Amino acid sequence: MATDSAPLKEPADATPATGTAAVEPLVRFDKVVKRYGDHVVLDELDFTVRRGEHVTLIGPSGSGKTTILRLLMTLEKVSDGVIWVDGSPLSHVRTADGSLKPAGEKQLRESRKKIGMVFQQFNLFPNMKVLQNITEAPVNVLGMAREEAEARAVDLLDLVGLSGKVDAHPSQLSGGQQQRVAIARALAMRPEILLLDEVTSALDPELVAGVLDLLGDIARSTDITMLCVTHEMNFARDVSKKVLMFDAGRVVESGSPEKIFSDPEHERTREFLNAVL
Amino acid sequence: MNAFDWDAVGEALPLLLEGFRVTLLATVLGTLVAAVLGLAIAVAGRAPSRLVTVPVKAVMEFIRSTPLLVQLVGAAALFTSVEPLTIGIVVLGVHYATYTSEVYRAGIDGVPKGQWEACRALSLSPRRTWQAVILPQAVRNVLPALGNYAISMFKETPFLAVITVQEMVFEARKYGADHFAYTEAFTLAGLVFLVASYPTSLLMRKLEKRLGH
Ligand SMILES: Nc1ncnc2c1ncn2[C@@H]1O[C@H](COP(=O)(O)OP(=O)(O)OP(=O)(O)O)[C@@H](O)[C@H]1O
Ligand SMILES: [Mg+2]
Repeated sequence: MATDSAPLKEPADATPATGTAAVEPLVRFDKVVKRYGDHVVLDELDFTVRRGEHVTLIGPSGSGKTTILRLLMTLEKVSDGVIWVDGSPLSHVRTADGSLKPAGEKQLRESRKKIGMVFQQFNLFPNMKVLQNITEAPVNVLGMAREEAEARAVDLLDLVGLSGKVDAHPSQLSGGQQQRVAIARALAMRPEILLLDEVTSALDPELVAGVLDLLGDIARSTDITMLCVTHEMNFARDVSKKVLMFDAGRVVESGSPEKIFSDPEHERTREFLNAVL
Repeated sequence: MNAFDWDAVGEALPLLLEGFRVTLLATVLGTLVAAVLGLAIAVAGRAPSRLVTVPVKAVMEFIRSTPLLVQLVGAAALFTSVEPLTIGIVVLGVHYATYTSEVYRAGIDGVPKGQWEACRALSLSPRRTWQAVILPQAVRNVLPALGNYAISMFKETPFLAVITVQEMVFEARKYGADHFAYTEAFTLAGLVFLVASYPTSLLMRKLEKRLGH
């Protein structure tokens, strides 16, 4: 099943020390560059996320937050640099001489299994019922037996508070309900990392709190690693352990929510928080 | 010059209906070929390799820029050992596939980008992505347009008479020649076409409305 020649496991000596952490972080951006044409969106971006950490990405519009999540989900390709996930290069494979080359579609699909994403616009499959939206990938990607996948889907629907909607079509659900299904669908793949890109921005205001509460519950009750892009500063404060402030494709500052929100070091962060709070 | 001969109508009808069965068969099977092949062309057109897309485009251009009649006669001359009806069905199907593929292409392009991204985020294989997500949504969007092509193919089946397929117009001409009653035979053939395609068009329009176009 594994990719042909070189093992994908990262030998310790190939890891340039980015900090003092003895444990390899679950996610590591190593001088990641993303360009669209001449436009440099991410400029040698470095940051790490430890296993189990809940990280919130904040920053002004256009600062590259979505781009970071899309790179992690391999929906976009890095222009330069390497993203490491669990010690393996996410979108590269090792050649015989130890250098890295861009991975093919097959390898990318393998890498993606560890990562799940919830989109701003939900992106449920409108041609499938709620249950099948959730079971589709476990059955066809993980090879899970249908009965087992369905039983788990029912549990997940229960978790997200939609046990009555097994047989509904996405179009019959409210935005908030659709987003809950999308969260259940992502969780059904048992990802190690869950990416959330402004998952409440498309919702009517009265539906936001419910979805945020759900995500808070998931964060507290599982060991899943979360990267959230959000404009909900309360959520960032309550749920995340670490806030990364981005501007122009770089991390301006990072720290605990308490630190960032009450005593930001950088002028840029202060301006941004003044504007959104 | 002559008065309309009602007896001839009564006499020709069974013959024409016999031919009509062939007409229907050619339409149904031709549509099937066009529907399946058109889909294959549309999907191949999105292949990442130009080794696939360039030849496909060239063949399509060639088929679209030559008349159906020429293709029929050409194919009949090339494949003399193949039954004319089979040639007719294949040529009709291939000819229309170049159009239905455009319809499918538009239908596929109409599936939101977010659907592809959701598939990737779930690691679905390309096959499963097409089969379970993209095509069901695309095909739903294109059903009415496909139906309209089926109707226009139906109306082009008389060309098959040229390669001696005994469809309805072939029978009408034969009857007309044998009994010198062209007016009656062809009027009748026209009526049969009308009676068959008008309700079908109405049905398509209804379907279009129901699918919300
Ligand atoms: N496909 C693309 N082609 C060209 N430029 C792009 C593309 N996607 C994003 N960009 C550019 O990259 C920059 C970062 O975009 P990104 O969506 O990551 O910002 P963001 O931080 O998520 O902003 P927002 O808060 O508005 O969602 C923007 O300047 C945007 O115009
Ligand atoms: Mg964004």
